[in-house]
Amino acid sequence: MALCKIPMDVAPYGLSGTVYGTLLNHRTAFAALAGQMTLPPYNAPPRAPVLYLKPRNTLAAGGDIVEVPAATPELEAAACLGIVIGRTACNITEAHALDHVAGFLIVNDVSIPHPDYYRPSVRYKARDGFCPLGPRVTARALVADPDALAIRTHVDGVLVQTMSTAELIRSVARLLAEVTEFMTLAPGDVLAAGAAAPAPRVRAGQTVTMEADALGTLINRFAAAA
Amino acid sequence: MMRARVGYGGALHEATPAGGGGEGKLRLADGRVLAEDQVLWLPPFEAGTVIALGLNYADHAKELAFNSQEEPLVFLKGPGTLLGHRGATRRPAGVSFMHYECELAVIIGRRAQRVARAQAMQHVAGYCIANDYAVRDYLENWYRPNLRAKNRDGATVLGPWFVDAEEVADPANLELRTFVNGQLTQRGNTRDLIFDIPYLIEYLSSFMTLAAGDVILTGTPQGVINVMPGDEIVCEIDGLGRLVNTIVGDGVFGRRGDSKS
Repeated sequence: MALCKIPMDVAPYGLSGTVYGTLLNHRTAFAALAGQMTLPPYNAPPRAPVLYLKPRNTLAAGGDIVEVPAATPELEAAACLGIVIGRTACNITEAHALDHVAGFLIVNDVSIPHPDYYRPSVRYKARDGFCPLGPRVTARALVADPDALAIRTHVDGVLVQTMSTAELIRSVARLLAEVTEFMTLAPGDVLAAGAAAPAPRVRAGQTVTMEADALGTLINRFAAAA
Repeated sequence: MMRARVGYGGALHEATPAGGGGEGKLRLADGRVLAEDQVLWLPPFEAGTVIALGLNYADHAKELAFNSQEEPLVFLKGPGTLLGHRGATRRPAGVSFMHYECELAVIIGRRAQRVARAQAMQHVAGYCIANDYAVRDYLENWYRPNLRAKNRDGATVLGPWFVDAEEVADPANLELRTFVNGQLTQRGNTRDLIFDIPYLIEYLSSFMTLAAGDVILTGTPQGVINVMPGDEIVCEIDGLGRLVNTIVGDGVFGRRGDSKS
């Protein structure tokens, strides 16, 4: 698809172009909303994983420019661990979940900041180019422990956030087990495991660098929409 | 033209209705004429991004006790949820309310970026019927309707036919009907859409570029009822045919309970 700017032939498996994200799966993100969870409109904390899609128009590669809409002074750039599926994963157990993983990459989940998580966030999260990912798929065997990875986010060279997957509420394997209970993930699908709060804010003209020792470096400049 | 994608005799084929009314028989591109139940029906086009609307008929919104919106309630679905005509959809054991939703699906044919309402319909390639199941037991108030309720495997049925846009004289005046085991349970008309097709294309394309194959499920009218394993659900839309689906239990999928976790 011409719209999709991320190369789909990356090793060891191509990406399918289907990317899911997970809300509230990082302790910091959960804690930030904990005080509101029993109040309307939510009324209760989430039970199952809360997922969303980053559709194909959002996908971008390292080096691509993220457009900041004119009406939006700042965007959120949330680093997530992207789990790349290697084998069809349907109703898998936690114990065997990692057997279905081809590898990992960095997902820069870009959003227009929105305070309300009651309704789906398509208008805020699914804009063109709002999901840079990469810089490549790192094979699972090269990642010693996906539940102990730190992704560091720099804005214009200044370290603004270190997101550790050790603080995920559902580990990589646990998340895969719970998600695939109701929806099958196919080879090349990406499941972003959750972002930390608060997400770094980025303005037009700034450059976001996300890097993890095992995964490499994903660099994207943010620019005002033409 | 109406066309389907079907599997038969070891290959995938394009098929068209054979005989009057488009019911019962179909003709493969290679000339073979077959009965509807002889082939495997796939969704009738390669779907890209699947965009769905909630609460887009005033009567259904009222049925669910919601006030009308200022903005469309849009959510997205993944490819694993798609299913063709005559397929089986699993109802998990232990749930109390799973329902169908008969919807007009609008298939984009041409890239749409910041398209104005007046030009919106030029970007529509065609239409099909959608049956967008929901398991209400799993609804939660986080990104509602959440994917566990609305993006389940095999719970978004598309087909049987892709119908070219030029064959649908007025997509804003199509009756939708759902039958459960032969009994009419749902009836509505696309003239009652709160946000109509041109508006939805203008709205969506204002922030996300739509591409050929992207599909908009425009929402469902009132009349959703609980369905159980063994039930046959038939969704009809004027001029688009009838889309059949059967509900099955966990056992068919080798599952013993409603969740291993």
